[in-house]
Amino acid sequence: MTTASEQALTWKSLSPDFVKRLKDAGFENISTCMQCGTCTASCPSGRRTAMRTRQLIRRSLLGDEGVLEGDDIWLCTTCYNCLETCPRDIKVTDAIILLRNIAIERGHMLPTHKRVAEILLETGHAVPINEENRKKRAQLMLSELPPTVHSHPQSLEEVKKLLASTGFDKMVAGKK
Amino acid sequence: MKYSLYLGCVIPNRYPGIEASARRALSRLAVELLDMNGASCCPAPGVIRAFNIDAWLALAARNLSIAEGLGADVITLCNGCFATLADANHILKNDPKAAERVNAKLAEVRRSYKAEIEVYHITEVLYKEIGLEKIKESIERELPLRLAIHYGCHLMKPSKTRRWGVVQRPTFFEELVEALGATSVEYKDKMMCCGAGGAVRSGFPDVALDFTVEKLENIQRVGVDAIVNVCPFCHLQLDQGQVEIESKLRRKFEIPVVYYTQLLGLAQGFTPEELGVYMNKTSPTYLDKLREAWTTGQGAPAAEGS
Repeated sequence: MTTASEQALTWKSLSPDFVKRLKDAGFENISTCMQCGTCTASCPSGRRTAMRTRQLIRRSLLGDEGVLEGDDIWLCTTCYNCLETCPRDIKVTDAIILLRNIAIERGHMLPTHKRVAEILLETGHAVPINEENRKKRAQLMLSELPPTVHSHPQSLEEVKKLLASTGFDKMVAGKK
Repeated sequence: MKYSLYLGCVIPNRYPGIEASARRALSRLAVELLDMNGASCCPAPGVIRAFNIDAWLALAARNLSIAEGLGADVITLCNGCFATLADANHILKNDPKAAERVNAKLAEVRRSYKAEIEVYHITEVLYKEIGLEKIKESIERELPLRLAIHYGCHLMKPSKTRRWGVVQRPTFFEELVEALGATSVEYKDKMMCCGAGGAVRSGFPDVALDFTVEKLENIQRVGVDAIVNVCPFCHLQLDQGQVEIESKLRRKFEIPVVYYTQLLGLAQGFTPEELGVYMNKTSPTYLDKLREAWTTGQGAPAAEGS
């Protein structure tokens, strides 16, 4: 277990590159954040967990890469309340999505999330068909398989190719 | 009126009743739906986009290219698919560099994105294109029910890339529900998230359910016949979620959950079986109330009463 003093920020642990990456990705105005906390106040996840949106932004601006390692960035349901209410017009929710992308690049991925990604790679759907729903479709006079990648193997190959050329397959394989 | 029907994942593969009801109800409104053959996951905006933005944009562009091939704007029945396809379309139309990068990827599978179409959520088509009057004309019987409306988050937010112009006090869903002769009942924190989005349902199911419990408590307090929604993922969280809440938390809410076109279809005279109403996990107890109302002459066609 890490002690509170070990968790505390030191200048040594801060990375200016991390801040630059956020700014370069279209979040130029993120440093105008005045820590007013409107985001936290509007956040339904923060009402029931220790996740604090204001703190995620503060830590990111300091270059604290520790923000990528915890559960907090994954507790956002992307309801967009923070983005809609931010008085500085910072795209807070989208910034959290980018933090997640960086976290995944560094190998921080929950096993359940990895499973969702694997299913997409295998089937082209994040939620693929099963026996129960094939039957339900038939009862409803719908085609037993929907007219999606499920009915078109060639399309599934296209999806797999795109997931390979964008590095999605390696991302999934790389994380145990 | 012709649209490319984007199905997504949860609708065709978990709640086909939503698909059947939308196809039937929209056909009654003279909307022609073209199948997007070979479409994949949108992919999910809070999950796949959170993993790898480039992969998300490439797959979304591929789906959009299928609709471009059909020459018809996209209609989606899901807030999440709408978020992905509308936001990806917005990015690709406004950022030439992103479009160029994505087209280089699409070329590998002999496709291209041409920025030729728009993406609409079904509520936009119902409310703005078809209109309340035509919807009222299409129904054979009214639904004298008290309903709790759940909008879902991505239908209106982020508002800058949506066409509604309102976020905090919308009324279009209430109007769509009232067009069926039902009453929309106000409840605490009505615009609150269901809890499923952003990979929280897959990553932290107990946190997701905690959102849902709060919503259900607020709805239970005002007493309704059903919760009506326009997103299959919210639908799943509120419907299947009640099964999970019962087994994990030993709490029973027993509030029926229904997708809007299932109600529209009932009003248009389709049977519950044709609309997959019994395939929802929650029991459609509101059907008893409707049958009683219909046999006692309540809910006669709106046209005859006026």
